[in-house]
Amino acid sequence: MSASLRQTGPVGASAPTGVDVRMEKVVKTFGRGSARTVALGGLDLDVPAGQFVCLLGRSGCGKSTLLNLLAGLDEPTAGTVDLGGRRVAMMFQDATLFPWLTVGGNVALALKLAGVPRTERPARVAELLALVQLGGLQRKRPHELSGGMRQRVALARALAQDASVLLMDEPFGALDAMTRDVLHDEIERIWRVRRLTVIFVTHNVREAVRLGDRIVLLAPAPGRVDVDIEVDIPRPRRIDSPEVSERARWLTDRLHGQPKAGSE
Amino acid sequence: MSSPIPLVAATPGADRARRFPGWRLVARPWPMLAALAIALGVWQLVAWSDFRPDYVLPDPATVGRELAEQVSGTELWRAIGTTLRRAATGFALSILAGTAIGLAVVRLRLLRAAVGALVTGLQTMPSIAWFPLAILLFQLSEQAILFVVVLGAAPSIANGLISGIDDLSPQLLRAARVLGARGVTLYTSVVMPAALPAYLAGLKQGWAFAWRSLMAGELLVIIAKRPSLGTDLQFARELADAPRLIAVMIVILVIGMVVDGVFSTFANGVRRRRGLGALRL
Repeated sequence: MSASLRQTGPVGASAPTGVDVRMEKVVKTFGRGSARTVALGGLDLDVPAGQFVCLLGRSGCGKSTLLNLLAGLDEPTAGTVDLGGRRVAMMFQDATLFPWLTVGGNVALALKLAGVPRTERPARVAELLALVQLGGLQRKRPHELSGGMRQRVALARALAQDASVLLMDEPFGALDAMTRDVLHDEIERIWRVRRLTVIFVTHNVREAVRLGDRIVLLAPAPGRVDVDIEVDIPRPRRIDSPEVSERARWLTDRLHGQPKAGSE
Repeated sequence: MSSPIPLVAATPGADRARRFPGWRLVARPWPMLAALAIALGVWQLVAWSDFRPDYVLPDPATVGRELAEQVSGTELWRAIGTTLRRAATGFALSILAGTAIGLAVVRLRLLRAAVGALVTGLQTMPSIAWFPLAILLFQLSEQAILFVVVLGAAPSIANGLISGIDDLSPQLLRAARVLGARGVTLYTSVVMPAALPAYLAGLKQGWAFAWRSLMAGELLVIIAKRPSLGTDLQFARELADAPRLIAVMIVILVIGMVVDGVFSTFANGVRRRRGLGALRL
């Protein structure tokens, strides 16, 4: 798969250096006639390289639609999604590991699909599993792991694609709070080490403030940018710190002030 | 069980194994052995009851002696050889046909509408009903038998594959797409492995149909100087040789069960490795 397939803009119109992801006037509608719903209504979003952006919004505001467009799983109805030919990796709420493969096999398959030669794969698998702190669990089966461990494997599998942009669709939504805190530290560390651009979708306000350089609050019906703010709290952050709580409260109030999906 | 620490004492079987050294050998197969003993007992009782004369319904011991004699001879083995060769050929052709049909139905929407119902319909058609036509088409030949075996087994195999692919979770498919799996690679690395348990179930059912069709075929299509298990049955009936007839029936039953057992073992292994089938309902 070539990344240029995902590029919907004219050939050669890639984003200038410093910007990894550029979305312009993106419209996405589903259905026809009276059943037509507008998931995204002319959304503009630029994400500079290396930024950690959290997309926040209530359900139905087009967060997942947006990620699907970025991942190339869907095409916009109108507008352009420009990744400048960059590779994109994606993580989901479910780890979606392949149950017939071992932990190592899952990562190795991702490497194979990314075109890594067979001889290089074992070393890369070991390196990636060590990066997500799962060294020594290569031969385990996905069903033998805890939810948090499975997400670590999913992260290793996503990193195996060697993409510069990592899309995360509520990846920690199904985990307990303790595991989630640990994985927040992990994803922050890996984001730094790997110099990734992360687009992280969540409906957890504190999680967004804990992780993001920037938070984009989406408004529903149709999906559009409501607020776009920088988070200036120095790292390392704690999810229970007063600064995080304060901004989370402001964002929560803002979310509650939005009209409900479907009321327009 | 010489370990000084009772590490495995938590399992009741292990506890019993220490008290009765022979327990371990019979612990697993005992329900099967018990069922076999009951079946033999009932048979013996019916034989004793003189419900039918001895030369029509012999007792287990007579059949056992006949079976032992047959097994030590060469004739039975020649018959088993012919039958197994036909079974292997027929089943291999069924796998090819069933897999091809299954993949085609999955890939082509139009074909699904047209052939989908037909495949299921074919499954309900008793294979023996095909034989008159098969004999007209191919005379009394191996081809006639193989034709019906494939017709009997291929639909099950196709159905197994189709349901396996249809049940593929959309999340896994999405993950595979994001990882860059497309076209043939998507099939070989994700779709086919995901469909494997259902495909194996289809193969297992296909084998049962193939074996039944083959036996029906061998009863009807008798080829001179080519002994087979079905022919053996037919000749034993014509000569009113009841012990031999029942002995051959036992051989047919055992072969069918052994092959089925191989499929089950394989399928259970696949399911266990995926964390499926831990719950027995």
